[in-house]
Amino acid sequence: MGGSMGKLRARLDEVMADSRDEESPPWDAVLEAGQPWFQLRLGELWAYRDLILLFVRRDFTATYKQTFLGPLWYLLQPLLTTITFVVIFGYFARIQTDGLPHILFFMSGIVAWNYFADCLTKTANTFTGNAAMFGKIYFPRLVVPLSIVITNMITFLLQFALFAGVLVFFWIQGAPVVPNYRMIILPLLVLQMALLGLGVGAIVSSVTTRWRDLSMLVGFGTQLWMYASSVVIPLSVIPENLRWIFVLNPMVPIIETFRFAFLGRGVVEIWQLLLSLAVTLTIFLFGISIFTRVEKTFTDTV
Amino acid sequence: MPAAIRIENVSKQYQLGAINRQMLYQELQSRWARWRGKADPHAPIHTQRVEGDGSFWALRNVSLEIQQGDIVGIIGRNGAGKSTLLKILSRITSPTEGCVRIRGRVSSLLEVGTGFHGELTGRENVYLNGAILGMRRREIERKFDEIVAFAGIDEFLDTPVKRYSSGMTVRLAFAVAAHLEPDILIIDEVLAVGDVTFQQKCLGRIGEVANAGRTVLFVSHQAAAVESLCKRGIVLDEGQLVFEGSQTAALAAYIRTFNPALQALRERKDREGTGAVRVVGIDLRDDAGAVLPVACAGQDVNLHLHFETGASGQFPNCCAYILVTNQLGAPVFAHSNRYTAEALGPLPSRGAFVVRLPRLPLPEGVYRVEYLIRSEFRAGILFDRMGAAFELRVIGGDFFGKGELPPSRQGICLLDGAWRLDCGTAPAPGRFAPPDRSP
Repeated sequence: MGGSMGKLRARLDEVMADSRDEESPPWDAVLEAGQPWFQLRLGELWAYRDLILLFVRRDFTATYKQTFLGPLWYLLQPLLTTITFVVIFGYFARIQTDGLPHILFFMSGIVAWNYFADCLTKTANTFTGNAAMFGKIYFPRLVVPLSIVITNMITFLLQFALFAGVLVFFWIQGAPVVPNYRMIILPLLVLQMALLGLGVGAIVSSVTTRWRDLSMLVGFGTQLWMYASSVVIPLSVIPENLRWIFVLNPMVPIIETFRFAFLGRGVVEIWQLLLSLAVTLTIFLFGISIFTRVEKTFTDTV
Repeated sequence: MPAAIRIENVSKQYQLGAINRQMLYQELQSRWARWRGKADPHAPIHTQRVEGDGSFWALRNVSLEIQQGDIVGIIGRNGAGKSTLLKILSRITSPTEGCVRIRGRVSSLLEVGTGFHGELTGRENVYLNGAILGMRRREIERKFDEIVAFAGIDEFLDTPVKRYSSGMTVRLAFAVAAHLEPDILIIDEVLAVGDVTFQQKCLGRIGEVANAGRTVLFVSHQAAAVESLCKRGIVLDEGQLVFEGSQTAALAAYIRTFNPALQALRERKDREGTGAVRVVGIDLRDDAGAVLPVACAGQDVNLHLHFETGASGQFPNCCAYILVTNQLGAPVFAHSNRYTAEALGPLPSRGAFVVRLPRLPLPEGVYRVEYLIRSEFRAGILFDRMGAAFELRVIGGDFFGKGELPPSRQGICLLDGAWRLDCGTAPAPGRFAPPDRSP
C-alpha cells in the first residue's frame, strides 16, 4: 500500500516536471518495464485495420496460388470428412443422430467445428511462427490472430454455402428437417467461436514461447476435443443428469444451437448457452491478458 | 525544440543459457561435449558482463535525450548494445529497468523486406510491406509510382516475388522503406546490402528525409555513411553510453573503444609472433627528441617503436613495417624500411626502430598505427605484430606553408603540389579529345 502511494507520488512528480517543460506537448508513448495485466488497445488495432486486411488477403491468396484446385480445396475437406463419418459412425457404428439424415447431421457439426478448430490451430503458433517478423518490426501483435479469425470466416462462408446447398437439397426431398427463425443467431455463434478460438489460441501461443513441445498438443488435442463436442455424438444421447459435464465444454451448446437452428433438432437450454458464453468470455479475457503480457518480451525467450 | 525521445536510465537484461531447466537430452549433450573436450553447447557465455545467475546486461543505465530534428548516429563495437537499444525504441522488446518516452510516430527499419511473402506479386508486397511498416493504404497508393520508380522494377511488378533476384528484392524492400514519412525514423545497419550505387541512392534518400526536419537514428558500421549523414554521434560500449557529442568526436571515441589507451603496450597480450623482439612502447617525437602528444599536419615527426630483445647482436636485416589507418577504417599509408632499403640491425638489447615522416601529409583526425617486426625483408621469422598499437592524433597544421588546409572531410591525405598558368596550349589528341584538325 505504501509502495503504490510512493509510486503514485513519483508519477505525479513526473507529470508536474513534464508540464514545466516549456509547454511541451504530451508524450505519445511511454515504454517501460513491467507488464500490464489486460490491454486490448482497440484504438491501436483500428489504426492498423489496413494491415489486418492485407494479412487476410495474403493468407487467403497465398494458400491457393499455383495450386490445381484453388479454393475448391476448402470444400473438399468437409465433404470427405462428412462421407467418412457417415460411413464409420452412421453406417457401421450406427450412432443415433437425433433422427436427422446422417449427412446433414455430420456436415453441420463439421462445418461449424472447422471454423473453431482453424481459429485455434492457426492462432496457436502466432508467436513462434512469426518470431522473425515480430523481432524486426512493431505492430500490435493481436493483428495476426485477428487476421486469422477473419480469413477463416471466408473459409467458413464457403463451407457454409456448401452445407446450405446440401440442406436445401434434402429439404426439397422432404427430409425431417425444420430450419427455423433461430438461424439469425448464426453471426453470434460465429463470433463466440471466434472468441473462444482466439482465447485458447492466445493462451497456447503465449505458453509455447517458453515450452515449445506444447504446440504438439494443439494438433491432436483439437481432434480429441471434437469428439467431446457433440459433432459425432449428439447431446440427446447423454443421460440428463450427466449433461452438465459436457456443457462445460463451451463448444457443445454452440454446435447444438447451430443444429437446432438449421435442422430443427438439438438440446438447447438458456442456462447452457449462458454458461458457454461465460466460459468463452473468461477464456478470451484470460488469453488476451497472457498474450499482451508475453508480447512485450517474448522476443527475448522465444 | 521539444524532445522527441527521452531515454531515462534504461537497462536491459537477458537470461543466458537454458531458459528453463535443461531437457534431458541437453544434459547428455553437454556431458558428451565436455567428455570429448569440446565446448559445452549449453553453457552460458562467460564474459565480464555475465552475472552469477547467468544473466547478462545488454544495456546498463543508458540516459539520453534526442531533440526533434536531430540526426543521430549510434556507433559502437559488436555487442555494445546498439541493436538492443533500437529494439527497445521500436517497441519490439521492453526494457528491464527505466523508461523511454517518445513523441511522434516511429518507424523502424531493422531489416529490409520484413514480411515479404514470396507467393505475392511485387505490387502486393509493396502494399503489405508498407502497411507492416506503418503506412496507411492511401499513403501507399499515393506514393506507389515513386516507390516503383525508385526500385526500378516496373516490368516485374506483377510477378511473384519468389522469382525476383536478391538484388531486386532488396531494391524493392528498400524503396518501400525509403518512402516512409514518420516523425522518428530508426535505421539499423540495413545499408550493408545492395551495390554501391544503390547504397548511394539510399543514403541520399535518407538524407532527404532527415533534412525535412524529421528525427533520424542511424546505426551503421560504415563510418563514412554515418559521418556524412549525421550531426550528432553516440557511442555505446559494453552496454553503456560512453560518449555523446559531435559526429567526428564520436568516431574518435569509437576508435578508442577498440584500444583501451591506458593499457600499456608492454602488457598487451593480443600480439602475434615469436616475441624474440618485443615492442614495449610507441611514441611520437620531433626531430629534437621531445615527445609530441599530437602531431600537426605538415610537421616532421618521428615514430619511435621501442623494443626489447634477448637476442642482442643478431638479425642485421630486421624489417619494421607500420600501417596507418584513419578513423573511417581506411588504410592511408604503409611504410617500411624494406621499401627504402635501409638496414636496421644488428639489434641492441634495448632500442627503438624510428621512422621519420617528413611533412606529415595527414589531415586532422585520429589514426591507428599497427606494426610488424620481422627478421628479414622477405620471409624470415615474425617477431612481433600488433594491430591498433598506437593512436596517432593529428591536428590541423600548416602543411602548405600558407596557413590554409582543405577541410578534413575532403580527402584522406594531403599532397604536395604546385600550380601555374600555361597560355596558348591545347590538349593532346586522346580518346576523348576531338582529333587535332589544325593544319
